[in-house]
Amino acid sequence: MTAAASDPAPSGFLARRRLGLRVWWTMLVICLEERLVYRGDFVLGTLMRFLPIVTQVFLWTAVFGATSSGSIAGYSRNDIVAYYLLTMVSRAFSSMPGLASGIARSIRDGSIKKYLVQPVDYVGYLLAARIAHKLVYYAVATLPFAGVFLFCRDYFPSIPDWTTLGAFTLSLVLSFLLGFFMEATLGMLGFWFLEVSSIVFAYMLVQYMLSGHMFPLDMLRDIPTGVAGVSVADVVRFLPFEYTAYFPAAVWLGKVQGAELVRSLVVEAAWVGVMIVACRIAWWRGTRRYSAFGG
Amino acid sequence: MTRYVSILLTFARACLVRDMTFRANFVLECVTSLGWMAMNLAFYLLVFTFTPEIGLGTGWTKAPFFAFVATGMIINSIVQALFMPSAEELTEMVRTGGLDGILVQPLDAQFLVSMHRIDFSAFANGLVGVGLLAWAIPRLPQPPHPVAILLYPLLIACGVAILYSLVIMLAAATIHLGRNQSLYDFWFYLTNFSRYPAEIYSGPWGGPLRALCTFVIPILLVVNVPARVIAQPLTGQGGMMVAGTVFAAAAALVISRWVFQSALSKYRSASS
Repeated sequence: MTAAASDPAPSGFLARRRLGLRVWWTMLVICLEERLVYRGDFVLGTLMRFLPIVTQVFLWTAVFGATSSGSIAGYSRNDIVAYYLLTMVSRAFSSMPGLASGIARSIRDGSIKKYLVQPVDYVGYLLAARIAHKLVYYAVATLPFAGVFLFCRDYFPSIPDWTTLGAFTLSLVLSFLLGFFMEATLGMLGFWFLEVSSIVFAYMLVQYMLSGHMFPLDMLRDIPTGVAGVSVADVVRFLPFEYTAYFPAAVWLGKVQGAELVRSLVVEAAWVGVMIVACRIAWWRGTRRYSAFGG
Repeated sequence: MTRYVSILLTFARACLVRDMTFRANFVLECVTSLGWMAMNLAFYLLVFTFTPEIGLGTGWTKAPFFAFVATGMIINSIVQALFMPSAEELTEMVRTGGLDGILVQPLDAQFLVSMHRIDFSAFANGLVGVGLLAWAIPRLPQPPHPVAILLYPLLIACGVAILYSLVIMLAAATIHLGRNQSLYDFWFYLTNFSRYPAEIYSGPWGGPLRALCTFVIPILLVVNVPARVIAQPLTGQGGMMVAGTVFAAAAALVISRWVFQSALSKYRSASS
């Protein structure tokens, strides 16, 4: 940052791009170091996230034990276990703990004003910080994830082909971007409401249920909405939430294939585009109505 | 004892006054808390569209299972309202040295640390739990035995005591660690095991897990025993189960007291 700041102002498009990248890289490194300060607490928190999966595995085993059918909404018992484990991977990419509330807090306490006077893009800074957070998280979580997946390997179907693996990876990257820009936009509502904790909580509730984190969304196929021929699953498909948990898991399990897979990836990318624009508009309009007083 | 009850009532009054000062926020907290409950209930309703009971031959059909869920809601709401807000504050108190102010007061430190803040909005879930229980009881395959109705409040108190002990022991860990931001998460994930009937933990992995969560960390006794007493017929094993839960609650209180006191003896002030 210091080196970048001491350089004379660059001229030319390429030089400006290079400077921008250097600033962004410095922000990423700072955020990585920040994340590693309380690494014990971080490791403990990461490992504990696997505990709810254990109860879900036992719950669905009991449910399958009590039903005569070997399949529920097209999922066998093994599929369900594999699905929950895969949604853990999806959520590792799309969940953004503390992002929206952090933005709202910095608006409320005025600390956001430093980003208004510095030549740093606030959304870019947040993105770098979040990538740093995720990199540390993956570094810590890879080993327990690998252990759990190896332990539960019998629940999974055979490893998908390269095309499916590519689509799965792409869906995860897009789910990260979608999760980031949705939460960042939510946090920007702080310019209008100051306190957004209740809105964030309501969003989390809806997101948790409609993203497929709680159960495979295919289970909603037979739940009627009251409109003839339209199920709850049909309504949920029109929302962006499923791309943050259900979709990557469904891709791996082969529940979405062929043209439907391509169409879903395009829709996911479109949702990312929509949320980037929404986030930028919220920032642009929010900073124009923002006022800060005092030192 | 009367002195402590009087102080607890003063704390409760002060917290209620504060909550009522920000009424809209209080209502919003109740609504969001109820939203979380509604979502969980919707999930259970969805599960019952695919199966008649949770676990073959366990007896946890729809009405008994919702009596189980209601029991869990009542116990958790009491713990969330009375103990969790104070225990969560301990993390910051240890890190900033604020615990010193508690230790110099002429009152029991554990009492002050665990009960000085009461979250009245958390009782909303408990009220819904009572309503759900009232819905489930007339739909049970067999009405609860009068003895079971008498035992139920006692077993609810035992469940609260076990969870309270767990909260205190986790809070005491904060004193050793210096910082424990995962306290609430850990408590949530651990109590997650108590959210379902113990029968689901079966098989080569479930059996040992069930034994661990019954005899070592008695988290499975918290909801299972009161819910079983009210929702399923009392059998010969019922007496043993009830006695075991009362013993586990008493032992948990004693052990958590010892853990907290020994943690306090290791406390070094962080303030200047």
